[in-house]
Amino acid sequence: MSFNWRWDFTWDILPRLLAATLNTLIAAGAGYAIALVLGLILALAQRTGWRGLTVAVREFVEFIRSTPLVLQIFFVFYVGPQFGIRLSPWTSGMIAIGLHYSAYLSEVYRAGIEAVPKGQWEACRAINMSTRDTYLRIIIPQALPPSIAGMGNYLVGIFKDTPMLSVIGVAELMHTANAIGSESYRFLEPYTLVGVIFLAISLPTAGLIRLFEGWVRRKLGL
Amino acid sequence: MDMSAYPLELPEGDRPMVRFMNVTKSYGKLVVLDQLNLDISEGEMVSVIGPSGSGKTTVLRMLMTLETINGGVIYVDGKPLTHMPKNGTLVPADEKYLRRMRASIGMCFQHFNLFPHMTALQNCMEGPVQVLGLSKAEARARSEELLTMVGMIDKKDQHPSRLSGGQQQRVAIARALAMRPKVMLFDEVTSALDPEVIGEVTNVIRKLVTEHNLTMLMVTHQMGFARDISDRVCFFFGGKIEEQGPPDELFGNPQRDRTKQFLSAVKDAD
Amino acid sequence: MSIWEYMQIYGARLASGTAITCAQFVLAALIAIVVALLAGLGKLSQNWLIRGTSVVYIEIFRGTSLLVQLYWIFFVLPLFGITLPKFVAGFVSVGLNVGSYGAELVRGAIQSVPKGQWEAAYALSMSPAKRMRRIILPQAIGIMLPPWGNLLIELLKGTALVSLISVADLMFQAKQINASTFLSAQSFGIALVIYYILARFFITPFMRRMERAMARRLGKA
Repeated sequence: MSFNWRWDFTWDILPRLLAATLNTLIAAGAGYAIALVLGLILALAQRTGWRGLTVAVREFVEFIRSTPLVLQIFFVFYVGPQFGIRLSPWTSGMIAIGLHYSAYLSEVYRAGIEAVPKGQWEACRAINMSTRDTYLRIIIPQALPPSIAGMGNYLVGIFKDTPMLSVIGVAELMHTANAIGSESYRFLEPYTLVGVIFLAISLPTAGLIRLFEGWVRRKLGL
Repeated sequence: MDMSAYPLELPEGDRPMVRFMNVTKSYGKLVVLDQLNLDISEGEMVSVIGPSGSGKTTVLRMLMTLETINGGVIYVDGKPLTHMPKNGTLVPADEKYLRRMRASIGMCFQHFNLFPHMTALQNCMEGPVQVLGLSKAEARARSEELLTMVGMIDKKDQHPSRLSGGQQQRVAIARALAMRPKVMLFDEVTSALDPEVIGEVTNVIRKLVTEHNLTMLMVTHQMGFARDISDRVCFFFGGKIEEQGPPDELFGNPQRDRTKQFLSAVKDAD
Repeated sequence: MSIWEYMQIYGARLASGTAITCAQFVLAALIAIVVALLAGLGKLSQNWLIRGTSVVYIEIFRGTSLLVQLYWIFFVLPLFGITLPKFVAGFVSVGLNVGSYGAELVRGAIQSVPKGQWEAAYALSMSPAKRMRRIILPQAIGIMLPPWGNLLIELLKGTALVSLISVADLMFQAKQINASTFLSAQSFGIALVIYYILARFFITPFMRRMERAMARRLGKA
């Protein structure tokens, strides 16, 4: 077999791939939502001033960041049943990918918060502001704009990592392409289309994130 | 530490606005302030001068509770600031107690520390609305009055990044005053300013001294200004008050050698 | 089964998997470094063909998933007459993928060498090639070493995907043992710990040493 692109086949499989793209987007969105919230908890847990907790959370974040996501996905999916907890592929996939990216996002938040000058904390103290208001009204609004680039990178990153969910049978884009390949013995069109779809989504998203960052900065008058 | 030497509250008749009682501050082995005793009466303007590293900024930061103290007690308006009464003795203050006491103290910083994402007016309204619980209308009226006083009312809708250093510092003074503190602290408020705008900030402070009955403590490098407006000047050296007195005496006829050396070195530099 | 019994039976297989993972890591890292330098410099080239090729490579590999690239190289490239054994397809894919991220680090580091350095080299009438090699690159390497440390950990994690085209690496062995024993916590747990040890106690300290050596060479330590 040599290089021969079949357009009729392409048009045949495109609807199936686009439908699967929706699943990919849902997976990325749900995983990202989990990561955003969990990441904030991990970041704030390191700022409680309680040393034991700080060290434990730091080590946990390091561990998650230095081990492969695909292995974490297998771990979450297969270890549950060993102890009588059965998780669906979707649930385990979202837990694994959300947890993985929460470690990265906690670092983004942490860097953002640490970049706010010390004088801002002192000014809040001088007008007697509560810790809660200090975070919500003064620190986080300033920590946000420099964090947007990092947060955006990981949004694109989580999107590009969703194909790994195919290994436990989540019916996303890669899983569908594999299925088409094994039904038709044609790999050229499905795998190439998957690549094109990923490009078509991730490149504009990266651009939009840059625009959004500029907009937030202007909005906050920074 | 034995706390029995420290009263739970200062007695009527012996109640300066601020009292430092044997206050000690150290970082590891480095002693920044050594057994400091200092009273400031109500309405008094006290300037703190001295070489860098003499502990003068630490005095202000402790009063604002930005630094913890290692020994002694600070009293504000008769009540302990750093400690609270519990079971008939003084124990280190908790956050709730500190917040209540902190309300009577305001501070302006060398680098202004305005909130960059808020306009001048929003900076002034933030504390009154969020901390004192004033209505927006009340806070706005109070803030606009103060911005007028510091001559910044026409810039009230500008963000700090659009203001010069002198303008930012005047807004910062208004922001601190909007909390209606009993004691105002000025920490080298002109040190980060270009020479030509120092006057607009010192004029505001001058106005506060003549028109308001505020208790003020100011760390400064501007000897002429300190001499002009202070009721008393304290010369700090090596974590201690080396010499203090009315400005004309301290500047005109210093008694201690270190004071003389410092004043002549500063004069040479001018 | 205790963890010791488990290791007695399956330790050898996990060890051989770890060896394959290390080999994949080293070979992929070499490709990533070479390609990153070429594409990073290429993106700064005056020649539009070189610049265009670099940009297209970087955007395609950064814009799609490693898994997609791996499958494409392993399953689709043969249709173009290029058949790679799975072991080679594995490290080539990982290397090309990480190289595209590395190229941006190279470009960024070169651009952040102060302008005065370029002008000083120019004033000494150095040729552009010599200026890059003798003046700019040594300083750029100092700037980009710390982010390369993170990137190499991403590369190590990336090698786990080669198990999906049946390269018998650590991930593959863990999966195989799990499939025959259902001892998932042990199989995947031990594999996770081994990856962590490789990242935390080999790659990170190695990069720290490189950073220190580089700082000494640049006279900063």
